[in-house]
Amino acid sequence: MTLTLTSVSKTYPDGTVALKPTDFHVAPGEIVSLLGPSGCGKTTLLRIVAGLETPNPGSQVKFGDDDVTELPVERRKVGMVFQSYALFPNMSVRGNIAYGLKMQKLPAAEIDQRVAEVVRLCKLEPYVDRRITALSGGQRQRVALARAFAPRPRILLLDEPLSALDAALRDTLRDELAGLLRKFGITALFVTHDQDEAMAIADKVAVMSHGTVVQVGPPEELYRNPRTRFVAGFVGHAVHLEGQVAGTTLRTQGGMLTLPRDGENCEVFVRAEDVAITPNGALKARVESSVFLGTHYRLGLSGITAGILYSNHAGLAAPARGTDVRISIDPSKLLLIDQSGATP
Amino acid sequence: MRSSTFVRLCLLPLFVFTSAFLALPLARLILSSGSGEAGWGIYQQILTTPRYTTALVQTVLLSLAVTAAALAISTTAGLFLARNRFRGRGFILSVLTLPLAFPGVVIGFLIILLGGRQGLFAQLTDGKVVFAYSMLGLFLGYIYFSIPRVLLTVMAATEKLDPNLEEAARSLGASSAQVVRDVILPGLAPSLVAAGAIAFATAMGAFGTAFTLATNIDVLPMVIYTEFTLSANIAMASALSIILGFVTWLLLVFARGFSGSSAAAGG
Amino acid sequence: MEYSRAKALQLGVTLLTCAFLLVPALQSVLAGVTRNYFIGISSGFTLRWIAEVWELYAHSIMLSIGIAFACLVSTLVIGVPAAYGLARNPGWFSRVLEEFISLPLAVPGLALALALLQLYGSVKGFRTSWTFVLVGHVLYTLPFMVRSVLAVLSVMDLKTLEEGAASLGATSWRRFWDIVVPNAMPGILAGALTVVTLSIGEFNLTWMLHTPYLKTLPVGLADSYASMRLEIASAYTLIFFIIIVPLLMAMQWASQRAQRIAA
Repeated sequence: MTLTLTSVSKTYPDGTVALKPTDFHVAPGEIVSLLGPSGCGKTTLLRIVAGLETPNPGSQVKFGDDDVTELPVERRKVGMVFQSYALFPNMSVRGNIAYGLKMQKLPAAEIDQRVAEVVRLCKLEPYVDRRITALSGGQRQRVALARAFAPRPRILLLDEPLSALDAALRDTLRDELAGLLRKFGITALFVTHDQDEAMAIADKVAVMSHGTVVQVGPPEELYRNPRTRFVAGFVGHAVHLEGQVAGTTLRTQGGMLTLPRDGENCEVFVRAEDVAITPNGALKARVESSVFLGTHYRLGLSGITAGILYSNHAGLAAPARGTDVRISIDPSKLLLIDQSGATP
Repeated sequence: MRSSTFVRLCLLPLFVFTSAFLALPLARLILSSGSGEAGWGIYQQILTTPRYTTALVQTVLLSLAVTAAALAISTTAGLFLARNRFRGRGFILSVLTLPLAFPGVVIGFLIILLGGRQGLFAQLTDGKVVFAYSMLGLFLGYIYFSIPRVLLTVMAATEKLDPNLEEAARSLGASSAQVVRDVILPGLAPSLVAAGAIAFATAMGAFGTAFTLATNIDVLPMVIYTEFTLSANIAMASALSIILGFVTWLLLVFARGFSGSSAAAGG
Repeated sequence: MEYSRAKALQLGVTLLTCAFLLVPALQSVLAGVTRNYFIGISSGFTLRWIAEVWELYAHSIMLSIGIAFACLVSTLVIGVPAAYGLARNPGWFSRVLEEFISLPLAVPGLALALALLQLYGSVKGFRTSWTFVLVGHVLYTLPFMVRSVLAVLSVMDLKTLEEGAASLGATSWRRFWDIVVPNAMPGILAGALTVVTLSIGEFNLTWMLHTPYLKTLPVGLADSYASMRLEIASAYTLIFFIIIVPLLMAMQWASQRAQRIAA
C-alpha cells in the first residue's frame, strides 16, 4: 500500500507549528524511518498518518487511492506500535494479539488461525497465555508488533519502538525488528531519534528538523551526500571546517585543504573517522583531549576550526595531550554543502 | 462518534444528577435562609443570639477537644502498630479500624452501654458513674468514630516514611524520644493535619451520635434539628446548616491543600 | 530503660483504645443474646430477642439492603463513566466538578437533607417514595465511587492504552468496555463495597428524608434505642454488626488493594 501525504501540516491550538506543509511518499512495502531530534515534528507526522492527530485543513493523507484524511483512527486500518507499547494489562498475550481481529468481527476459527500464524512469525509461542506484566521488555515489544500486525493493517506505524528498552538489549532487538519487518513485507513508517536505528532498519530515511522533512533518501545517500548542514551534523556527526573557499581549496587556521571539486558557495564538513593523524599531513593541530574507547582513541583537536575537531585514531598509542600533530583528510571524504538558497 | 463527544457523554449523567440533587437544593437552601422574617439579617441574628453562639462555641470546642484526643491516641497507637510486629497485631488493627463506617446512632448506643444508667460503669459502681448523656459521653462517642479514620491515615503515612531517616538520626546519636520529635512527627505532619481536619469536620457535623446522646446538650446539629422539626423555623435551620456546612467544607479544602490526600467525613 | 518504657506506654494506650472500642460492642452482642441483661449471663442465653427484632424490623432490614443495592447500581451507572470522563478531561472544569460532587463529604448530611426537603418536599409522589431516600444515599456515596475509580484510572496511561485500542479498530464504546472498565476494576470494586457499606449504615440524611413507612435499618435502630428494651436494641445492633462487619472487612481489603495499584 502506498502512502501519500500532500501539504500535510499541523498547528496546535496554542499556535505552535508542529509540522510545516509537507509532501511525502512511501512506496508499497517500503520501510521508511522518520529521523530527527525531539520536537522536530516526526511523532506529529506519524500520529497524523495514524489518525490520532487531526491535521490542518487542506492537508491530505492517502493510503493507495483511498483518501483517509477524514477517517478516525479506528477506521483507518493501520497497525501502530507505541513507544510504551500500550499493551492491555487486562488481557493475556493472546488476548492482545486477537483484539484487532475481534474488532473486525472475524469468525473465532479465523481469529485463532491468524493469531497462531503471527505468534509463530514473532516467535511468541511460549508466551501466548502469559500476562503482559510477566513479560520482559523485549518480549513486550514483540507482542506489540504482533498485535499491530495481526489484523493485516494497510500500513504499520512504529513510534520509537526501541526507546523503552535497556541499552544492552537495544542492539540485538534492533536487528530482530529489522528482520521481522522484512518478513512481514509491509509498508512501514517508523519514528526514531537514533540514527543507527534508522539506518539499520529503514530502506529510506527521512530526516526532519523544525517541522519539515529536510532530506529523504537511502541511508547511504544521506550519509555520503547530506544536502544540508543539519543532515550532515545529525547523521554521522560531521563537523564544519571553517575557512575561506577558493576554487578547489579551503584555507583553514591549520593549513590548506584540497577539495574534491569546485567549492564556491559551499560549506565543508568532515567526520571524525575521516580525520587521520599522519606525520606528513597538510594541517597542523594540537591535541586537547584523548579518550581510549577500545577500538580506537577519540582525539579532540584544536587549531583547525573554531571548535574542537574530533579524530578517531586507530593506532596502538595516541599522541599525548598538548602535543602538536599533523592531520590529513582524504579530499573524497569531505562533504560539500551548497549554501546558495539552502535551508538551515 | 468522535471520542471527545463520548467523553462528554460520560459526564452527562453526573452533571444531570448533581445539578438536580445538589446544586439546585443547595441554592434553594441558601435562598430559604434569607426568606424568614429577618431576611438576610438572620446571619446577624445568629451571631447576637446567645443560644446560637453558645451552641456554635460549644460545638467548636468539643470538636477541637475530640480532634486533639483522637490525634494523640491514634498517633500513639498507629506508630506502635506500624513499627512493631507481634502476635495479635492483626486483631488489634481490625478492632481499631472496623468502626470506620459505624453509623453515629450505633456509636451513641455503644456509649450508652458503657456509661448509661444501666451501663457497664453504672453496674460496676452501683449506679454512681453515669456519663453517657453528658458532654463527656458525647466526647467519647465522637472519639469512637474518629479513631479509625485518624489511625488509618497515620499508619498509611508512617509506612511511607523513609526508615533511613530514622536510622540516620539514630546514627547521629538521637534518643528515641528525639527521633520521634525531630524526624517522625515532622514527617507525619501533613497527614496529621489532614486527619485532624477530617476528625474536626466529622465532629462538627455529627448528628447520629448527638441524636442518641445529646438530648440536653446544645450542639449545632441538634439545634438545627430542633429548629427544623420543633420550631419549624426553616429559615433559621437553613442558615445554621449553611454556616455549619461552609465551615466544615472550608476546613477540609484547606487540609487537602495542605496534605494532598482525600478526606471523607461521615458518622 | 527509657526505650522500653516508651514502648510500654504505647502498648498501654493501644490496648486501652482497643478495649474502649471493643468492650461496648461485645456488651451489645452479649446483651442481644442474654435472657435478662440486668441479671446477667447467669440468666442464660436466648435467640428470642433476635427473633423479635426480625418480626419487628425485618422490613427495615430488607429495605436497607434493597436501597443499598439500588444505590450501588446508581453510583455505578453515574460514577464509573463520570470518573472516566474526569480522567480523560483533566482541566479546570473537571477539577471544579470533582470538588463540587465531593461537597457531600464535607457538608453534614443534615444540611443536605434540609436542602433536598425544601426543594422536593412538596413533590408528593417523590417525597413519599423510597427513591427519595435513594437520592440522598446516592448523593452521599457517589463521591466515594468516583474518587475510587478515578484514583486507579489516573495512574494508568489511559490515553495511550485507548489509542492502542483505537488503532486496532475499537470504537469509543468498545474501548470503554474492553479497556477502561476491566483496568479500573480494582477501583470499581473498592468503590462498590464502600458504597454498599455506607448506604446500609447511613443515618444522618436518612433520618430527615424517611417517612414512617420507609424506615431503613439505622432508622429502625434509632427507633429501637428510643423505645425498646435494651435486649431488643442490642439484638438489633447485633444483626447490624453481622451485616456490616463483613462488608467493612471486604471494603478495607479492596480499598487497600486499589491503593496499592494507585500508589
